[in-house]
Amino acid sequence: MCTMIVEKAQISGTGKGAKGWFPVSQVNVSFDHPANAPLDHALNIDFVNEAQGPGARVAVELSPESGQELVRAILVALERGGSHLAQPST
Amino acid sequence: MYETDQYEGMLAETTTVRGHGGDLINAYIAKPMGPGPHPSVVLIHHMPGWDEWYREATRKFAHHGYVAISPNLYFRAGHGAPDDVAAKVRADGGAPDDQVVGDVEGAMQHLRSLPYVNGKVGVIGTCSGGRNTVLAASCVKGFSAAVDCWGGRVVMSEADLTPAQPVAPIDYTEDLSCPLLGLFGEDDDSPTPEQVAIHERELKKHGKDYEFHMYPNAGHGFFYYHRPSYRQEQALDGWARIFAFFEKHLAA
Repeated sequence: MCTMIVEKAQISGTGKGAKGWFPVSQVNVSFDHPANAPLDHALNIDFVNEAQGPGARVAVELSPESGQELVRAILVALERGGSHLAQPST
Repeated sequence: MYETDQYEGMLAETTTVRGHGGDLINAYIAKPMGPGPHPSVVLIHHMPGWDEWYREATRKFAHHGYVAISPNLYFRAGHGAPDDVAAKVRADGGAPDDQVVGDVEGAMQHLRSLPYVNGKVGVIGTCSGGRNTVLAASCVKGFSAAVDCWGGRVVMSEADLTPAQPVAPIDYTEDLSCPLLGLFGEDDDSPTPEQVAIHERELKKHGKDYEFHMYPNAGHGFFYYHRPSYRQEQALDGWARIFAFFEKHLAA
């Protein structure tokens, strides 16, 4: 690892990987060398299910600016979702 | 170097070696055909994992007459596509230094056990593999030459230390047991030219045999032909220096 910058969070939801949908239980966010994006360093976001092995991963590698835009969009969507957050899921 | 009328062949395959703690891990080995004795090299893979580039590089060394082996340092993280396995290791803070050193030592001992190896073993790595090359060449006896290609985090501040990487490799400089070749890019931010200079001062202080080259107009990973970081002129010069260095130190 070259920066070792990684943040993890426990999450609940599903993601669609190479073999279809699967439950995601953790998100790993790192700022390090990407595997594919044409950047020296990228914001790498992996939605994973560790119990299902390394292949249970939905990955994106974003430029830092794109990461900021993603954060902004998520926060706006959550805010607009507003009161729905307080309601139990069905 | 080869000539057009000479016979050439190699065998390249996955195998297993005993790594850290006696664990069996897999490895990719490429060996020139013929009785030898051949010099040999351990390749320490980079952060993106035990991937296609490292298999190609392993075969490249066999093409140049070396028995070459690249151990899978991420074996314990499970199996899948190299980038998926590497992502898991990245999330877990990287492979622990002591485990890496043990796995690299196991690969070196495997080479030493082969009857067609001349008894000389080099070690080389890029990116985190460059760092781990410095680490292994300092913590393990038995290498005859080491090549660090743009290894970051050789020089570390206290804040950079982690449970997996508890000691900066530069702190082991006194124990470096073989000549070291370093290839770096001026535009790299890990290691920065300043960090390379700090490392160089430490090598000088301890009277170590080293040779560093800092390439202009190159950043991190300038050998990687599949990445925007590729720099053709610098990469060709770098490979030439690597083979000259290993020829000098690993020939029987």
